[in-house]
Amino acid sequence: MDHDHKLIHAFGALAELGQQITNKNSFHETIRTSLHLLSGALGIMRGAVSRYSRYAHELNMIAVRGLGDDFPLSLLLTEEDERQFLANGLIPIEINNAKVLPFFQVYDVSFECRQLELFVPLIVRDEIVGAVFLGEKATGEPYTHYDKEIICAMGRHIGVAIAQRNLMAEIERRAEENRQLFDEMRSTYHDTVKAFAAAIDCKDKYTEGHSVRVGKFSEIIACELGWGSEEAEGAAVAGYLHDVGKLTVERRIINAPYRINAKESAELNKHPEVGYEILLPIHHPFTDVPLAAKYHHERLDGKGYPDGLMDREIPFIAKIVNLADSFDAMTTDRPYKARRPAKDVVDDLHRNSGSQFSPDLASALLSGMLKELTGENRDRRFRRLLGRDYMEAEGIVDKLKRTLNEMAPTTPMTYVAAVATAKSPIH
Amino acid sequence: MDIGIKASIDSSGERSVIYAGDYLNKLSGEKIEYECRRSLALGCKQIIVNFSQTEIVNSIGISILLGLIDSAAKNGATVVFSDMNDNTVELFELLGLTKHVMIV
Repeated sequence: MDHDHKLIHAFGALAELGQQITNKNSFHETIRTSLHLLSGALGIMRGAVSRYSRYAHELNMIAVRGLGDDFPLSLLLTEEDERQFLANGLIPIEINNAKVLPFFQVYDVSFECRQLELFVPLIVRDEIVGAVFLGEKATGEPYTHYDKEIICAMGRHIGVAIAQRNLMAEIERRAEENRQLFDEMRSTYHDTVKAFAAAIDCKDKYTEGHSVRVGKFSEIIACELGWGSEEAEGAAVAGYLHDVGKLTVERRIINAPYRINAKESAELNKHPEVGYEILLPIHHPFTDVPLAAKYHHERLDGKGYPDGLMDREIPFIAKIVNLADSFDAMTTDRPYKARRPAKDVVDDLHRNSGSQFSPDLASALLSGMLKELTGENRDRRFRRLLGRDYMEAEGIVDKLKRTLNEMAPTTPMTYVAAVATAKSPIH
Repeated sequence: MDIGIKASIDSSGERSVIYAGDYLNKLSGEKIEYECRRSLALGCKQIIVNFSQTEIVNSIGISILLGLIDSAAKNGATVVFSDMNDNTVELFELLGLTKHVMIV
């Protein structure tokens, strides 16, 4: 009868332990509860559960009961032979019989004064993952074969919990390592892209900083379209590299202070395709980068080059870079042409929307300008690229509002109202 | 949440009575453990755990009671278990708790 009662009680503890291991408690809480269950199943006065560190060869205590504050929190397993011996199997070792091992000799005093009686190495897949230390039973009787069977069964559960935790920690460590490597690669990639952009711009003394600015304007447009930071970054890279093909064009053609002839023009116009050939073999994190280089001189009306593509045939990224490229050309001084006033640029974008530029993209760019001028967006991206005086030209806010309303009315009613207002004799 | 654990210290300050709830598990056991520590810190020399309401004691409850016995012994206090039902007495005897406490 006693035996049956004991068995039912131990079985209940084992079932509860299984539940503990699989629930979502914190690891330390799970192990603390496991030690309670093991102690309570057999009426053990004191004990501890430790986790083995295979790097430091230490058993580090994670749950301790009744062993006092001065019980060592880390126990060193220095000998390889000893580690291999302990890894032989999950077998409870009587402390008195284990005193021949170097590990037990070092900590003998600690074990003896706390009346520890059993040491149970926790083994999972032939590796030691931890150990359980158990003190005397409350009955004062020695551990029976039956007790040791229960301890082994519960020890297997605790070992699995520790192994699972180790596995998770290893996965987290590797994920962190991969993240760091990825960040480093990404940073190297960006530095390389910027170096390329600088190299491209060096070749053209009149358009210094052009590629970098096109990259930044492309990023602004992407952000205004609601793209995520990764995609917007891709748009920036496409902008930085859009003119990479110019590296193969003769410097005298690029820097010609006169109107170039047809032959020179044909040579210059090869740069989109050459850029595509250069960028294609590179494994970019953003797949559209080569397409942006190839098609950034295409127009919606099919009058662009190299392939004369029409609206929907043009890759979206190329439309963004095309707009950013033209916007930069209009807003920077060239040796043969001063930059155009901001209001003229707004008119130009409006006028050429639908023929050269995608209306949605032009609206996004102008909307970005307006948000900065009205303070809705405080990052001063346009002011940094175009200069404060240029951006804050008189009447530009009204101009932008009107143009945006005509290009992309928020509702048909707004559009009608705007047209009516514009036609009203009072205004 | 009320889990049925009550504790009171008598006027002499020497004796504390802790009433265990109907199910002595981790939650109620930790509450008993807390009350016991508090009583010992206040100088109680006798901790009485009253099991009159207790139907079931699980393994975690046993472990916590063993911890309570250990803490009391280290503080020079005695532990008394009172009003246990037959099943609880049988379990405590099997696991050796009764060797360390007075039963009333």
